[in-house]
Parts: sequence; C-alpha cells; structure tokens
Amino acid sequence: MSVDSRVKFPSRALWYTQWARRFKHGDVFFRALTILASALVLLVTLAIGYELWQNSALPRAKFGLEFLTGIDWNPVTNVFGALPYIYGTLLTSFIAVLIAVPIGLGIAIFLAELAPDWLRQPLGFLVELLAAVPSVVYGLWALYVLVPTLIQPTAKLLNAQLSFLPIFEGPVYGPSRLAASLVLSIMILPTISSVSRDVFLAIPRAQREAALALGATQWETISQVLVPYGLSGILGAVILGLGRALGETIAVTMVIGNNPDLTASILHPGYTMASIIANEFSEATSDLYRQALIEIGLVLFIITLFLNLIARLLVWRVARRVPTEARV
Amino acid sequence: MTTGSFPQTRGANYRRRKFVNGVMLTLTGVATLLAVFPLVWIISYVVLEGGRFLSLDFFTQLPTPVGVPGGGVANAILGSAMVVGIACVIAMPISLVAAFYVTDHPNTPLGVAVRFGTDVLAGIPSIVMGIFAYTVVVLPQRHFSAFSGGFALAIIMTPIVLRTTEEMLKLVPRNLREGALALGAPEWKTSLQVLLPAALNGVVTGVMLGIARVAGEAAPMIFTAFGNPFFSTDPNQPIATLPHTIYVYAISPYKDWHDKAWTTALVLIAFVLGLNVLARVLTARQAHQWSGN
Repeated sequence: MSVDSRVKFPSRALWYTQWARRFKHGDVFFRALTILASALVLLVTLAIGYELWQNSALPRAKFGLEFLTGIDWNPVTNVFGALPYIYGTLLTSFIAVLIAVPIGLGIAIFLAELAPDWLRQPLGFLVELLAAVPSVVYGLWALYVLVPTLIQPTAKLLNAQLSFLPIFEGPVYGPSRLAASLVLSIMILPTISSVSRDVFLAIPRAQREAALALGATQWETISQVLVPYGLSGILGAVILGLGRALGETIAVTMVIGNNPDLTASILHPGYTMASIIANEFSEATSDLYRQALIEIGLVLFIITLFLNLIARLLVWRVARRVPTEARV
Repeated sequence: MTTGSFPQTRGANYRRRKFVNGVMLTLTGVATLLAVFPLVWIISYVVLEGGRFLSLDFFTQLPTPVGVPGGGVANAILGSAMVVGIACVIAMPISLVAAFYVTDHPNTPLGVAVRFGTDVLAGIPSIVMGIFAYTVVVLPQRHFSAFSGGFALAIIMTPIVLRTTEEMLKLVPRNLREGALALGAPEWKTSLQVLLPAALNGVVTGVMLGIARVAGEAAPMIFTAFGNPFFSTDPNQPIATLPHTIYVYAISPYKDWHDKAWTTALVLIAFVLGLNVLARVLTARQAHQWSGN
C-alpha cells in the first residue's frame, strides 16, 4: 500500500537515470565546454607570444639586443637593426597622443557632464563611429585629401616660420610623420574619449554636489574634483589610446612616407614598426629576413601587451573603488 | 538682501572664475565638434568620390587591368564574405560559450583571467595577429590562403564578440535565470534556452560589431589572404578582400585605380557603418527591454 501511494515519475531506462545523476543532466559537459572555450581564449593570447618568440630565434641569436639599437636595415648584407622603426613608432604615437588627449578629454567631459540628454546618445555614437571607419579608408582619405589640403600647407608654414627648431626642419614633402601623427590622433580619439567618459560617469554624484555646494564653478568641479578623482582611469584611457596608436598599420603606412631615418623633424617622412612589417613581410625571401620582421612584431607585441595590462589595471581600479550603489 | 551682500560675487576674482568656466566649457563642446568634423569629411568625400563610378557592374565584374574602363570588385566582395565567414565559424562558438562561463563565474580565477585576457587580446595590433596566423597556418602549409586570413580575423573578432555578449547576458534579470533553475532545468538548458533567447539581440549585436571590425582589416590580409585577381571560392587558395583591394589600388600610381579605390571604399564603408548603426539600434532595444526590472 505504502509503496503504491508514492508519486511515480515516468519510468526511464536505468542507464539514463544513472547517467543523468552522474553528469547532473549534462551540466558537467556544459561546464567543461565553457571552461574549455574560456581557457582557449587565454591560450591563444599566450600562443601568440610563444609563436612570435619561436619564430624570431635566428635574429635574436645573431643580433641579440643590438637588434633594438642597430640603425642599419639591409636585407642584402643580412644586417638588421630596428631602431629607426622603433623611433618612428614611438615619435608618431607620442605626438598623436599629445594631440588626442586634450580633445578626447574635452569630448568625455562634454558627453558625461554637459551635453543635454537628447544630444548625449547621438553625439556619443558619432564619436564612436570614428573607431568603426576602417584603417585603410583613413589611409586613403589622408593620402589624397588630408595631406594636400591641410598637412602640406601647415607643414610649409611651420617650416617657414620655425625652421630653427629641429622638429620643424625641412625639406617639406607631403607624406610625413606629422601626417601620420594627425591621422593616428583622429583614430585614437574614440578610445580615449569613450573610456574616460565611462570613468567620469562612474564618479559618484556626491563628489560633484559637494564641490558645487562649496561654491566651485562647474569647470572648477570638473578640473579640481572629478579629474583628480578619476585620474588613474583617465590615465588608463590615454595608455589604451597610445597602445592603439603604436600598432596602427595601414593608415600610417600610406601617409608616413616610409623612410627610415632618425632625424628629429616631424615634417620629414618616417617609418614605423608596423609599416615595415606590412611593406616587406610578403617579400621577405630569406629566413633571417622574415624572422627579423617577426622580431619587430614581437617587440610590438610586448610593448602593447605591457601597456594594455597597465591600462586595464588602472581602469579597473577606478571601477572597483566605486560601490555600485553610489554610481550616478 | 541684494547680491551686494556677497562681496566676493562682485570681485574681479569672481568674474575671472566665471570667465574661465565659460571658456573651458565651450572648449569641450568645440572638442566634440572637432571629432565629428573628420567623420563627416571622410564619409562625404568617400560618397562623392566613390559614387561617381558606382554601378551594378562594380558588384558583378572582375577587376580590369590598368587603363581599361569598367570592371568591378566582385571577387573581393566574394572573398571578403568568405574570409569573414571563416572567421565567424571559428570565433563565434568559442566566444559565445566562453561568454557563458565569464557571465556565470565572473570572480573565479579563470573568470577574472579570461576577462582580463580578453581585454588585453583586444589591444594587440591586428598586424601581430596577421603574423601569428602566418606562422601557425601559412608557414606549415607553405602557401597563402583564404583560411589563414579567416584565422587571423577570428582572433581579432573573438574579444569583441565575447565582451559584447558578456555585457548583454549580464543585462538579463537574475530572476529569469533563477526561475528556470527553480523549475528544475539544468544549467545548460537555462543558458541555451532561457538566457540566450533573452539576450539574443545583444548577442547578434556583438557578432555584427565583430564582423564590422574585421571586415575592414587590411593589415593582416597582406600576408595571409594575400589577394587574387580572379574569382576564388577555395579556402586553400589566396583570395582578394575589399580592404586589401583598396590598399593596393590606393598606393598604385594609376589614376583610374585611385578612382576604383574610392568606389571600393564606398562599398566597404557603407557595409561597415551600416552594421554599426544596426548594432546600435539593437543594443538600444535590448537595454530598453529590461529597463523595467
């Protein structure tokens, strides 16, 4: 009697119930699959570094650290020194950040603090669209529109008025480090502005209200309270922008003039690490030549990896310091 | 009581502060306009220059040699679709499944590592991804191929899809998930049949943003997909892509190739920006969907 009155589930084959119990109705497989996929994403990041390291063994053995300080790049004599390219990358990225930071911060402040609600979304979207334009389209536009209409006249003017400064030395050609830097600054604007806008939005409302209540103007609130409060996040945004600038390839290759030299002039054509890889990789005939280009890729990888680690840590720190409830 | 009882509001110092405030706030607005300006400049120029040679032939014909009028970039359109398709097939399952893990376990060591690793992966230059695809796929095979191009793009795409999907899964209210689990559904059924449909708009958005991003990548194509003047549907053969075609046309010394570069750029930018606008609309809808909760 007592046995019959118990609720009976539809009977299943014994193997099925055992199977279902042991594997939690398939959850064990699902969990394993998700862990596998997650681990794969991590592994790829590590594998990139490993492959670049392995495939640059020849130049690392032959040149050692002189690879980074050598100024001669000659596939015929098998001498490879990457300094002009490293210098070009650092110089153009630095100028790009110099141009983009004030503008990007201005955008972030405008979008987070000032813009009326109806303008905030569409304007923010337009700025983010700058990041969606393909690099090669930037290059095309810069090469045939920006350089002749804006860069060349500006460069001539700078050279005519300020040629006593080494950075404005002539002769002036169209393609130049200045052109590359300006295009880069446009390309990294959305990174800097959207990350720092999010930083501003994460700052508790009380910070603003306290400053305003003490009689500060809105600008004083922003510059003396909000910016110091979110400084590490803003710094992270700038470093993220710098990382993008360092690795940007096609647009830079099209307007920088591809001329490896170590002059200080920003009006001179230059060369960057990413550009020489793009230009010479598919034509590299010997193993040493190709591996030297891969080693340049390795240097680029290490620099951007390092910068991204720092930047993300900085941005995460701001986001973590603020309890969720306190956000605006 | 008049304002005169606050002497500081009349002082030169006060006026200076008001003035600085006005100037700086205006400058932030100017900065925003300054950013929108190149966007408008680029788009209008591409539309005007590229639109002149736009015709149906441009989508259906193979490229013509220098000096021969007409012709199109049909092979590059097909090639881009193929390479991006390969990238989607590789990247989508991995990033979607990983997104489930990261959403469910954001604070386990693996969860933190993956979220961090994804952010870092997103910052690695695309040309480095190209080199990676070259050493992993092209070198062992000893020839350029559409597959190696798709492989490179898949790695560029993964962090974008993963992060967007994660953000969208996080928006799904907790009680939906708890309700399904309380009814006795296993976790995988909850994830696939409750969470995924609820966040579908967002997941589609992530995929579209990923496609939009990689469809415009020219740098890794140079030494993976390599380019091909003819039609090809063989993933083992070199293949033409739109961004690489623009690059080759743009740096050539021929005037008629420059014209074609602009028209190809118009095709590419219409596709990429169109996807971005569509993604934006879908995201707004997704955020709106749960805003009552």
